[in-house]
Amino acid sequence: MDYNPFSLEGKTILITGGAGGIGSEVARVCSKLGARIILTDIREEALTMALDTLSKHEGKEHLAIKADLTDADELNGLVTAIPEIDGFVCNAGVMKLVLTQFITEEELKRIQSINLNAPILLTRSLLKKKKINRGGSIVFTASAAGVYRVSIGNAIYATTKCGIDAFMRTVALEYGHKGIRCNSVNPGMVETALISGFTEEEKEKEMLNYPLRRFAKPEDIAFGIAFLLSDASSFVTGSALKIDGGMTLS
Amino acid sequence: MEINDFIQHFAEQFDFTDSGEFKADTVFKQLDEWSSIVALSVISMVDEEYGVTIKGDDIKLSDTIEDLFNIVQSKA
Repeated sequence: MDYNPFSLEGKTILITGGAGGIGSEVARVCSKLGARIILTDIREEALTMALDTLSKHEGKEHLAIKADLTDADELNGLVTAIPEIDGFVCNAGVMKLVLTQFITEEELKRIQSINLNAPILLTRSLLKKKKINRGGSIVFTASAAGVYRVSIGNAIYATTKCGIDAFMRTVALEYGHKGIRCNSVNPGMVETALISGFTEEEKEKEMLNYPLRRFAKPEDIAFGIAFLLSDASSFVTGSALKIDGGMTLS
Repeated sequence: MEINDFIQHFAEQFDFTDSGEFKADTVFKQLDEWSSIVALSVISMVDEEYGVTIKGDDIKLSDTIEDLFNIVQSKA
């Protein structure tokens, strides 16, 4: 049976944070659906490992490009180095739990720079250099945090994700007439290194807020992103797709 | 400031219009692709490339690309 409206055959997809828990899983899923992948991350060794796990296709070599997207030269270098793309998964992000009264300007700037400024500036450059083909799809890894709920100690992260939500909807509005869609996935807790700052006790308590009684696996998020990259979602733009096991329902 | 450079920068704000359509005497508001978003894009391009702030009224007063070029040049 050949019917597969979720196929990514013939598409080239750029993924930032490609060495991380969600990013590397998105790359694997998209490569299995037929896409050519361009992975980027600041962590070179993990990037190479992630590249090795991708499904190979004849005549379509996947690429891995190390880049620090908070550095303007490296960001521009990445944009120059890549071919035209059909999908852009803007996924790189960091989190640090700290109560508001202990927020330092240095940490605030660092997290904003990675989670908010770099995604905005990279999206800008890709659009300006006309690297995203007509019919292309941009997907941000936003979060349930900030957009749908807030939690203690997570002010900076939640604020940046709220910013991404507003940016995502603005890009959807500005580029719809060019046939470029823009959406986000909004996960709750995902079993990746990003939530290693939580103690086991905190995780167990938090899990009680999840009607499905588990946290997301990276593939739960990757499947949502793959849908938004595929032509199956060609009438979806400006949407924030909650993938949170029902956590934000109550 | 060179008019040919200006025309090229102006043309870069469009995606589907043939580059041969852009000349000094092109009445740009008659181009099919012209829209308020392209107008905003032209305003930002002028700021970025020439360090000149133009307003919607400057575009309103311009019929051809050269008209707009003259306004930008007068403000540079």
